[in-house]
Amino acid sequence: MGAERIGGSGRKPILSVEHLSFRYPDSKRPALTDVNLEVGEGEVVILAGPSGCGKSTLLRCVNGLIPHMYPGDYSGKVAVAGLEVASTQMSTLAQNVGLLFQNPENQIFMFSVERDVAFGLQNLAVPRGEMRARVDESMRLLGITDLAHRAPHELSDGQKQRAALAGVLAMRPRLIILDEPTSLLDPKTALDVVSLIARLNGELGITFIVVEHRLELLTPIASRLVVMDGGTKVMDGPPRAVLADPSAEAHGVGAPPVVRLYNSLAAEGLRLPRFPDSPDEMAQELNSL
Amino acid sequence: MKALDGVTLSIGGGETVAIVGENGAGKTTLVRHTNGLLKPTSGSVKVDGVETRSTTTATLSRKIGIAFQNPDHQLFSDSVENEVRFAMRNFRFPEERIAERLEWALSFFGLEQYRKSSPLVLSGGEKKRLTLASILAWDPDVVVLDEPTVGQDSLQKAKLAQIFSLLRSTGKTIVIVSHDVEFLWPLQPRLVVMSGGKVVADGEMAKTMADRGLLEGARVTQPQLLRLYAGLRDAPASPFVDVSQARDWASGKKSGRRGG
Repeated sequence: MGAERIGGSGRKPILSVEHLSFRYPDSKRPALTDVNLEVGEGEVVILAGPSGCGKSTLLRCVNGLIPHMYPGDYSGKVAVAGLEVASTQMSTLAQNVGLLFQNPENQIFMFSVERDVAFGLQNLAVPRGEMRARVDESMRLLGITDLAHRAPHELSDGQKQRAALAGVLAMRPRLIILDEPTSLLDPKTALDVVSLIARLNGELGITFIVVEHRLELLTPIASRLVVMDGGTKVMDGPPRAVLADPSAEAHGVGAPPVVRLYNSLAAEGLRLPRFPDSPDEMAQELNSL
Repeated sequence: MKALDGVTLSIGGGETVAIVGENGAGKTTLVRHTNGLLKPTSGSVKVDGVETRSTTTATLSRKIGIAFQNPDHQLFSDSVENEVRFAMRNFRFPEERIAERLEWALSFFGLEQYRKSSPLVLSGGEKKRLTLASILAWDPDVVVLDEPTVGQDSLQKAKLAQIFSLLRSTGKTIVIVSHDVEFLWPLQPRLVVMSGGKVVADGEMAKTMADRGLLEGARVTQPQLLRLYAGLRDAPASPFVDVSQARDWASGKKSGRRGG
């Protein structure tokens, strides 16, 4: 065995993407071109960029939907938790990486929410007692215990999203990738999901990759912001550094208002001592001017 | 369980109204009554004085364009350009006008490269833009957009904001259902807050969103600039509507000038 590789974050990599390119069969242009990315275990990474830049395609390459379910022109290598994705069965990958789809209707299909949350666990033959505990815990964490016996088609879109996320969480994978998890959620529920991500990351060490446009929600807890554009990675670094770079806006990445205010004042020569992670912190800074 | 419970709401021609509230509050259910997709169990819904119960969705749809929250519920043509053409052809627009509006819609929403593609191959955000393009192409009097910013990057949101300004300036009535309070804040629409199937607040956005207790109950958060404003000593008379106002105030404070 060779020496352990350490990711760019200084942590052991849980995800390694090397020279990845992919083109869907009906498409003239590639969805991904020579993407290289390493994510250390325990990181919370935001993946951002304009719509159509390849974010969802990259996520499918990480959990194995590409190339196992979506054929196409595929080259390069993706490894998750030491497993090469292209040559590992989906059932094995599913125990290491969970994916919450952008559209929950593509993910939930059982007769009741509770059964849907349990579906993955049943397929892995998790013992009944443990299954019950994990299902109850996941539903409680997502605030959907009262929806346990409801049919998914009766739920609002936001409720469906929470139900789908509960199913992913119940599997307890080491890496969870979330494709715009807050897009259909009201702001408070969105903040609850962000708090949950922070808690699962902090307490259980789960690594998160989150595709998100509403950066004001995620930047307080993320260690890294990766920006894609035109099927390739164009920026990668701590959120503050990336958002302070004027070219981020050109790649469709909009900094939250207080960050734009911070950058705007800095451009005029007024650099505040502390980078604001919230409006309250910015108010404190401005009050001391 | 009632999805809507005793809702009374009146929207005048040319108004811009944003509807916010927790998941399951009834926002989408409410807007689906505007073009007769849903009919009330009790009470009435009128469009231009005409009860929706006594007319058809097809007739109402000539005035009211709705872009659904989930674009997969709305897209069905074999190509992007046919999707945009669909309503105009059904409304018997002249072919020349259809061609002109098609080109505008594809260009404005950055969809020209996909004109011959199936909507199914588009990304989530691109599908959303396609539904918006399809509605705005035929220029309805009333535009109802359910979560228009979902899946949209900052450049696309900026374009959407431009569209709203344009629609407002031409007297269109705009109804937006959205969780994206940061997008809504600079637009300063009339704000309707819903919770548990009821309207719990209705008024100017700045005043309504200053009530944190109300927002808490409806699971809505304050926009960052409003929250910032609320935390300032020596705050100006009115909240900052955009970053440039906040910047100018802060710069003025630093240099010892007071104002606003």
